[in-house]
Amino acid sequence: MAFECIGSTLTRREAFAAMGVGALVLSGRLAQAQAARPSELRVGIATYLSGPASVFGVPGKQAAELLIEELNAAGGIAGVKVRPIFVDEGPGVDHFVGEYRRLVQSENVNILFSAISSADCLACAPLADELKRPTLLWDCGTQRIFEEGKYEYAYRTQANATPEILAPLLYLLRVKPDFKTVAVVNQDYAWGRDSWSLFKTGLETLLPGVKVVAELFPKFGATDFSTEVTRLLALRPDVVLSTSWGGDLDTFIRQSADRNLFERSTFVLPLAESSLQRVGKALPAGHIVGARGDHWFLHPSPKDPALLKRFTDSYQARFGAYPIYPCHHMAQAVFAMKAGYEKAIAAKGGAWPNDAELAAAFRGLEFPSLTASVKIREDGQGLENQIVGTTFHSDKYPFPVMTDMVVFEAAKITTPVGQKSVDWLKTLTPEVIKTLPAPVAFKG
Amino acid sequence: MSWFSDNGLLLGLATLDGLSYAAAIFMVAVGLNLIFGVLRVLNIAHGSFYAIGGYSAASLGLMFAARGLPAWAAFAALAIAAAIVGVLLGPPIARLLRRTQHQEPVLQLLVTFGLFMILEDLQKLIWGVQPIVFDRPLKLLGNVDVPFAGDLIPFTRYQLFVLPGIAIVTLVALAWTLRRTLFGRMLVAVTVDREAAISQGIDADRITMVTFTIGTALAALGGALSSATASLVPGVGAQTIVLSFAVVATAGLGQVEGAAITALLIGLGRSTAIYFAPELEVVIPYLIMVGVLLIRPQGLFGVIETRRI
Repeated sequence: MAFECIGSTLTRREAFAAMGVGALVLSGRLAQAQAARPSELRVGIATYLSGPASVFGVPGKQAAELLIEELNAAGGIAGVKVRPIFVDEGPGVDHFVGEYRRLVQSENVNILFSAISSADCLACAPLADELKRPTLLWDCGTQRIFEEGKYEYAYRTQANATPEILAPLLYLLRVKPDFKTVAVVNQDYAWGRDSWSLFKTGLETLLPGVKVVAELFPKFGATDFSTEVTRLLALRPDVVLSTSWGGDLDTFIRQSADRNLFERSTFVLPLAESSLQRVGKALPAGHIVGARGDHWFLHPSPKDPALLKRFTDSYQARFGAYPIYPCHHMAQAVFAMKAGYEKAIAAKGGAWPNDAELAAAFRGLEFPSLTASVKIREDGQGLENQIVGTTFHSDKYPFPVMTDMVVFEAAKITTPVGQKSVDWLKTLTPEVIKTLPAPVAFKG
Repeated sequence: MSWFSDNGLLLGLATLDGLSYAAAIFMVAVGLNLIFGVLRVLNIAHGSFYAIGGYSAASLGLMFAARGLPAWAAFAALAIAAAIVGVLLGPPIARLLRRTQHQEPVLQLLVTFGLFMILEDLQKLIWGVQPIVFDRPLKLLGNVDVPFAGDLIPFTRYQLFVLPGIAIVTLVALAWTLRRTLFGRMLVAVTVDREAAISQGIDADRITMVTFTIGTALAALGGALSSATASLVPGVGAQTIVLSFAVVATAGLGQVEGAAITALLIGLGRSTAIYFAPELEVVIPYLIMVGVLLIRPQGLFGVIETRRI
């Protein structure tokens, strides 16, 4: 007996074989569609465990360990315990891509948090779609990811470089509206260049006529800024911008302080929240600092003060320092994962979601952060508030704290969906400065 | 002519900055050069000696301060840390590298690279990943104002006097040792022709061991001196070794005075670039290196050696 099939003839044996293959494929799809509740939820976490960026990566890892332990102690996610698997971004993007594939294909992780490096995020967003594994971009800054691409499985649980740079610029324009000259000292790599480009575009739009007297880009990881400091001392710019971070920023602050540069210029340091505890009171009062979000353990108006205090106290007790912004970013990824699973499970009437259903749950998801809440937009970009303040020396802390804090509402300072940041920044008007919230003073 | 009259004062400032930078890189590069001279091994782990020297000096200095030792002990901490690192790390690593001495250069590089990775992890294990600084020596000396176009530019005395001073003392001491002492002459003999030196009764292994220890201590001293001005972070050793290679390659392998002049050239070139062409800051040391090697492949002060078969 033979079966007629689109112009060809199948034997009985071939027909049974085809049915067998079909059944296998169907059963696989059913298994995918009705994913079984796993015995544990494996989370692949990419962070810097080596190299200069480990000043962020290790606190991020510590925060993940702390929060996942607390999550598991409270029963996990829908009764499933979470197990983190950490990988190091330190060896570079090629190594990272291999690690990402290994986490998905060998470790069979259910979800990934990735990464600190913008280059790693740019590499893993397309990989997330290729391998169809939900991925939360937890700390990287580049705005290009969702402005230049569309992804089904990659979502960012924090802001991007545009609001992180625009907020300190708007703050500067409000507290020092009449400055005439600016100099920049940024690290010579993508973040240093891109953040300056955003700042400069915004500045030229909102306060045209300001003269850029020096654009200095010392090499990434530089340990000596004495020549840059001398140059700035001689130039006497009204404002010095530095989006540097880690040891580079610490050294730049110390060498500037040693030679009284802070007395000649107002510094704008969008990432300095992460350096305050290390540089201590070497950083004088009266300079502008940001936190890559609204991350500040002394946030003036946290949505859930008890949550922020509990996390701050637990982290400090265990690791001997106040949590810095990567800890907050990691907390947001953990909270987003929990909220995403709960949303997807609820949408399935209590059944465990498959990868596609989980990924879809992140679009439009709103989840709590340690200080407020974050909403993931339809393009996958997170809307996260920004806090900027002025350094202040209080007797209560051995390092500068922020005063005159302004919390910027995320939606107002984030590039709208479908637009490019540089183009959008050119559409801003000085009116935006007048609508900023009132600053809040430090309360000892 | 008018450019110089317009920018002469800025060039003066750039020279002051360049001197201190040159001093810092000379300390590391000269140790690397000495070690290459006796071992003929390009030691990538040399950058780790710099980092460990810095971390050790910071730890020791902070410990001295915590125990209430007098202020001058901060300077002693820098020297003591460098000596300890030299003595603890130099001899065992020299012994290890001697085993690769007659192996393929690729194997030698791989061994030193492996050592570098091990020492990097050791640093993280001991000192963690958060930046560490020990700026007491710098604060003790304070600032000095340099007049500039009707203004006063503050420089730290540490940067202006201590760093160049120690580099000059090191250079003079090394040159004197190499030319005027028996040990120095034996070292030169081992560097020029190890087999001939052994045949004359020189204990080449001992000379190698002592030289390696001195080179290690010099790198550690470079790190210790920088701990007063810079934050020590993971990866600082890698940054340093790349620049040191540029100095050594430009000077010519095995050249002590050449290393000093090349460090000066690179230091001044870099600081001048920051003032007049900041885009070139990062590449200037390597532009100088490539330029020199194109014209003199043996380096500025190197000598062409006959290849032995």
